[in-house]
Amino acid sequence: MRHETIEKSINLMMVLIVLAISIGGFVELIPLMLSSDATEPDEGIAPYSALRLAGRDVYVREGCYNCHSQMIRPFRSETERYGPYTTAGETVYDRPFQFGSKRTGPDLARVGGRYSDDWQRLHLIDPRALVPESNMPGYPWLAQNMVDPDLITIKLRTLKMLGDPYTDEQIAAASSEVEGKTEMDAVIAYLQELGTNRSARR
Amino acid sequence: MDTTATYNDTVVRQFTIMTVVWGIVGMLVGVLIAAQLMWPQLNFDLPFLTYSRLRPLHTNAVIFAFGGSALFATSYYVVQRTCHVRLAFNKLAAFTFWGWQAIIVLAAVTLPLGITQGKEYAELEWPIDLLIAVVWVAYAVVFFSTIGMRRIKHIYVANWFYGAFIITVAVLHIFNNLAVPVSLTKSYTIYTGVVDGMMQWWYGHNAVGFFLTAGFLGMMYYFVPKQAGRPVYSYRLSVVHFWSLIAVYMWAGPHHLHYTSLPDWAQTLGMVFSIVLLAPSWGGMINGIMTLSGAWHKLRSDPILKFMIVALSFYGMSTFEGPMMSIKTVNALSHYTEWTIGHVHSGALGWVAMMTIGSVYSLLPRLYNRDSMHSIKLIDAHFWTSTIGVVLYAVSMWVAGIGEGLMSRAVNADGTLTYAFIEILASKYPYYGMRLVGGLVFFSGMIIMAYNVWRTVSEKKPVPVAVMDPA
Repeated sequence: MRHETIEKSINLMMVLIVLAISIGGFVELIPLMLSSDATEPDEGIAPYSALRLAGRDVYVREGCYNCHSQMIRPFRSETERYGPYTTAGETVYDRPFQFGSKRTGPDLARVGGRYSDDWQRLHLIDPRALVPESNMPGYPWLAQNMVDPDLITIKLRTLKMLGDPYTDEQIAAASSEVEGKTEMDAVIAYLQELGTNRSARR
Repeated sequence: MDTTATYNDTVVRQFTIMTVVWGIVGMLVGVLIAAQLMWPQLNFDLPFLTYSRLRPLHTNAVIFAFGGSALFATSYYVVQRTCHVRLAFNKLAAFTFWGWQAIIVLAAVTLPLGITQGKEYAELEWPIDLLIAVVWVAYAVVFFSTIGMRRIKHIYVANWFYGAFIITVAVLHIFNNLAVPVSLTKSYTIYTGVVDGMMQWWYGHNAVGFFLTAGFLGMMYYFVPKQAGRPVYSYRLSVVHFWSLIAVYMWAGPHHLHYTSLPDWAQTLGMVFSIVLLAPSWGGMINGIMTLSGAWHKLRSDPILKFMIVALSFYGMSTFEGPMMSIKTVNALSHYTEWTIGHVHSGALGWVAMMTIGSVYSLLPRLYNRDSMHSIKLIDAHFWTSTIGVVLYAVSMWVAGIGEGLMSRAVNADGTLTYAFIEILASKYPYYGMRLVGGLVFFSGMIIMAYNVWRTVSEKKPVPVAVMDPA
């Protein structure tokens, strides 16, 4: 076909553009979606508990992913610094994924248990009180905001509908699990479990 | 065909003015967050002024508000001039303007409030995403209907690029944002983990490839020949690089996920196609720059042309740097560092912003019934502030990023790490300062532009322009 034919028909051109842009996405996305490597959880990986899910949603809301990755790459320098490298099966309940694209702060994929709850609390309120050279903002309002117990039930139901294996008991107990908890409690519960399915120390 | 018809320049004028306004707003937020990385006290412990909430506001404002308004303005202008007809559907075109501005305002309110999907460049929550889809379909209807009514047989090359940009952005936006709402302000994406990552960077990379590249190449293919007074260098090159560019771009997304838990086959595909992408990208750069053949002397007296040529040079530089950074060995060092930020800004400030600025200076006088902008000297001053600003920005981030990458992997003789994370951060502060200066210099040029634009539009009243008969 001569290009002149395409140039004279906007309909033909639109069809060919759609064809040209579709192939790459199909080849890269469809096999991935069907692959068990990418979609099945590792041993010890379960959907987030109600409190941790609430904490994770605060983490996403505050935009922590703008500076913190959760993806330890398989390099000696990274496993030395952060712990065993991250696998696909560790991320299958992550909506959205948290690989990040920039490390202004350190990777957090295995931060669970690395510091005490008190350290995390103080650090989130005033990072420079503990790490003087840090440029992380403080998040003092997390200690005042309460987690919404009604919303968390809807969240768990929605995730179950999307295929995350929550039990009816978990959903029924969700609102009482977060009752009276601050967003700070929730975020710390989330952080303290991150990556603890594997020992961070060799 | 009613030959006494006039062009619809009202919507073009509206989008052009808002391009300048949103450029200033978006870059001001950029300057603020650059300062916050140096002086974290500037977060003031206020949620809505916190870096991590403002950074998405900065990226959305410069890409979708500044870049988006520029693409709407120029595509509406170019499609009318190259098809020799008035823009289709006056009211629908007006709807795209007010709809797009409403989306921007909603973004500016919701992002600082922490209402976000948490996916880069796709942060806006589902109600705004729905509005974007509606406005975008309206945009496609206006644009393609205008082409359908053209009074000239051939579709001009700029319109191929604008058309591919409009179609592809619709596809990307819809698939990446598929989510189930839990409330008006929160939803969960239907994808998880690695699949979500692949979907996001298929979207994210092609937001760059189509929103910030194909669309701006459309702008380039009209305004560079127009400003140089020369025809496009090579028709054949434009055909080859158009089809290869749009087909190859769509494969390159996985280079954002090198050495992550994305399967190796996908990473390798992403790397190979990213390297191949150098060829069609440089096809566009060569076609643009060589259009000046026989008109190089105009660079001495025309700062608008200088903007365009430097923009094309930065385009060539960034599209060399991009494939290089997507080689896994290089990426192992560059990923997660400031180098990425330098790369993005040599593209966003050097290519996108400078091409936009040049095109606005070229376009605005025609929209306001004048021969030229209020002051050519001020355009020249703007050119130099932009150039110096972007060079300071890119160089500081290269040095910071490469240093950061090397320090991260440095080990002592006994195999332990040489530097703690915080030592690496501390080493970057001087470069954060230099970047802030670069950003401020670039921003000061935008203020010069605002004054020049204001003087230009306030001195004369616009008059309707009659549709030209095809030659």
